[in-house]
Amino acid sequence: MREELIISGRMNYKVDPNLHIWGWEIALYLFLGGLAAGVLFFAALYYIRKRDDEYEAAVKWVPMLTPFFLVIGLGALFLDLHHKPFFWRLYTTIKLQSPMSWGAWTLMVITPLSIVWGATYVREMFPKWDWKYKWLYDLEAFFIKNRMTLAWIMITFASILGIYTGILLSAFNARPLWNTSILGPLFLVSGMSAGAALIMMLSKNPLERKRFAQMDLMLIGIEIFLIIHMFMGFKASTAVQIETANLFLGGPYTLPFWIFAVFLGMVLPAMLEIWELKGKHIPVYIPALLIIFGNIMLRFIIVYAGQASRYLY
Amino acid sequence: MRYAMAIDTKKCVGCGDCVVACQTENNVPIGYCRDWVVEVTHGTYPQLELEIRSERCNHCDNAPCVRCCPTGASHYADGGIVLVTEEKCIGCGACIASCPYDARYPHPEGYVDKCTFCHHRVEKGQKPACVEVCPTKCLYFGDLDDPHSDVSKVLKKRKFKTLIPEAGTDPQLYFLI
Repeated sequence: MREELIISGRMNYKVDPNLHIWGWEIALYLFLGGLAAGVLFFAALYYIRKRDDEYEAAVKWVPMLTPFFLVIGLGALFLDLHHKPFFWRLYTTIKLQSPMSWGAWTLMVITPLSIVWGATYVREMFPKWDWKYKWLYDLEAFFIKNRMTLAWIMITFASILGIYTGILLSAFNARPLWNTSILGPLFLVSGMSAGAALIMMLSKNPLERKRFAQMDLMLIGIEIFLIIHMFMGFKASTAVQIETANLFLGGPYTLPFWIFAVFLGMVLPAMLEIWELKGKHIPVYIPALLIIFGNIMLRFIIVYAGQASRYLY
Repeated sequence: MRYAMAIDTKKCVGCGDCVVACQTENNVPIGYCRDWVVEVTHGTYPQLELEIRSERCNHCDNAPCVRCCPTGASHYADGGIVLVTEEKCIGCGACIASCPYDARYPHPEGYVDKCTFCHHRVEKGQKPACVEVCPTKCLYFGDLDDPHSDVSKVLKKRKFKTLIPEAGTDPQLYFLI
């Protein structure tokens, strides 16, 4: 038997009895960041591949929603800060070793970029739109002329943003669940899957819907592969990682993770999409909303369970 | 210069004077602790072993809190002491999540707080408050680069361990066993 007690008393706020420094704000921020990254990635990808007229929702108007996602996500992040008046300190330094630092800078680039990208399509989507000032028309003409350059910058930064949402957590070696390099690609793929689901749900074009349903199927397959890989890695690793895996294999996170994130968020929508592709009619918003729900669950569970995983000593 | 602390687990009685001294010296808000005492019971009755450890920030050589801090608020000060610059800290909690020893907490004023090895005393040549008050003299503090410092001398004589060395943080609290 081994029993370890803090006998002097310690009940530090947000640290004891179990670490809970990060709550829904960070989970929501990671979800919205991943979703925006996914949408912007596809917008840039299909523009570069010159399919913008075919995939109008993906390239032209769903990206108009991303500034809102990013601003709400950043708002949640701001709410989570304990020393709010000093938030600007994030932008007085670049620390490459700190994912939070280069993530903040990535958001500084991609948020205005997402606004510019959407703005270049406003008049095409809403013909009655008037920019009112000549300089705004000039600016619009300049960005439309340079859309290809914008697309390349956007695809790069969308990928960085998607990976960052996972690497932010995996940089913490104190939390064995987070401390796996698989979280970067897992969150990137999962964000892309949510982005594809949103485009699929909002598109009116059957061809575009079909393309994104196929895309989602592939992404869900990769996600499940990465999740299995992550648990194989944990189970074959040291005591702390085995303990971490057990949180999901019989422990308190078993049901929420496997039922909500994996079954309802990945397996079921994948099955529905396969049926749909085989010709059965399934309302598109069912698999799409399930995927988005699974995405939110994945972020929440990983954020909370990560803080329950720790070194034993 | 490399400041470090040694804690004699054979002499510590778990009285908690170190905790009270720290709270008083550093004006730690009520309900918070920068240091704490852990009691580990090992074995089954009657073969029981007891270890008492006075713990605090490990002032690691490879501190994950310094690495993860996005603003540079968490930094290495002279002698390797890990400190937080209050007016640079945004209170994001990255350092709190990154510490395997759970040694940090958000101060009610917003910035992140932790043990400073009583930096304000050490720069005046004094010992940290916890070391000064310990009634069993089980805490040793000093410069590891100075062979005549209290900590260097005791580490030469005694066996010791560090906490979670496998986390790769290179902690600078040495527990005499």
